[in-house]
Amino acid sequence: MLLVIGKMNTLEFTLLIGIGSFLAGFLGSLTGLGGGAVIVPLLTLVFGIDIRYAIGASLVSVIATSSGAAAAYVREGYSNIRIGMFLEIATTIGALVGAFLAGMLATALITVIFGLVLLYSAYLAAVPKQESIGDGKPDRLATFLRLDGDYPTATGRQNYHAHGIPGGFSLMFVAGVLSGLLGIGSGAVKVLAMDQIMRLPFKVSTTTSNFMIGVTAAASAGVYLSRGYIEPGLVMPVLLGVLAGSLLGARVLITASTKNLRIVFSSVIVILGVEMILNGITGNL
Amino acid sequence: MKLQSERTMRWPDEKVEAVMGKLLIAGVLLAASVVLCGGARFLYLYGAATPHYRVFHGAPLELRTLNGILRDATARRGQGLIQLGVLMLVATPIARVAFSIFAFARQRDYLYVSLTLIVFTLLMYSFVGGLYDF
Repeated sequence: MLLVIGKMNTLEFTLLIGIGSFLAGFLGSLTGLGGGAVIVPLLTLVFGIDIRYAIGASLVSVIATSSGAAAAYVREGYSNIRIGMFLEIATTIGALVGAFLAGMLATALITVIFGLVLLYSAYLAAVPKQESIGDGKPDRLATFLRLDGDYPTATGRQNYHAHGIPGGFSLMFVAGVLSGLLGIGSGAVKVLAMDQIMRLPFKVSTTTSNFMIGVTAAASAGVYLSRGYIEPGLVMPVLLGVLAGSLLGARVLITASTKNLRIVFSSVIVILGVEMILNGITGNL
Repeated sequence: MKLQSERTMRWPDEKVEAVMGKLLIAGVLLAASVVLCGGARFLYLYGAATPHYRVFHGAPLELRTLNGILRDATARRGQGLIQLGVLMLVATPIARVAFSIFAFARQRDYLYVSLTLIVFTLLMYSFVGGLYDF
């Protein structure tokens, strides 16, 4: 496969990467697993692209899809801008640390870490989620930071309280580091922090997480650009493909049943994760 | 109606969120169109060449700084236009944060004006530092 690709010219290469990115964005948004995570394995394993270019292109596409989707969620009133803004302090610091680490760690190690994060995301998607909203008692720190809010449900607006602020804030720092190191949104870790630790309703944590991803990714973009990770010829098809795919996926989402698709897409993520780990260890990338 | 309540009413969270949504969509679409134009130009000029992404050399130095990108883009070179689109895309969430500072100030929520300023400073540090330092 790599041999065939090696003989292609830029036009053919760009079209193939554009189609692949479109599919990744489409499936990612349809299944809610995010397209960003499969872009880097697609570019490195299938197209043989250096992981640093792949991470740069992925990061840029993550900013586009999260900002595009956030626009819709913000209007619907699910996301909590105060929670988002407060936690963005942790994610942006983390993202800066991660982006600097990306320049220091060996690419083989980054590849292995990427594979582990893929496996973890697939695992999170597979286990049944349990809503663990708090007991309704307000938390002192959350009250001081005005993090409590309400969101629309079938029976009108429902109030909720935020909890576990220090724990959630710390985990958000980790999410930021992973985002800056791997060029992904690390939505899975963000949702984990808000679902399980801060005990926010699903709808609020998913949409607020999406809202934060763009800002987190923007924090490492400057470092990536100055290091030359952002290669225009590659960024172009990845960005446009993922964006078009995810916008289309968000429109289909309402009608299509996605259960089987989620299983298939999760399996793909597991295979890619294992491949990344093996390639990192054997030093093929 | 009292002036103060009128002020908070004119900028309730819902309105702030609606403006924010429009800002984000506009930024993304504008950036994507610039990338698309640059991409068309790039493929027209270099479509027949062999791509070189297997080995990492890093993007050309002039495409890593604001001045270089602007020079390249105004000369209507494809790669410069694509990088300009990328810069506009990165600027979109930063503009959203800047708008939040303004919106929190209108709501007289000074705690969040300060918290948002921290995020804004971090973003500008990376964005401006990345474009000028190296």
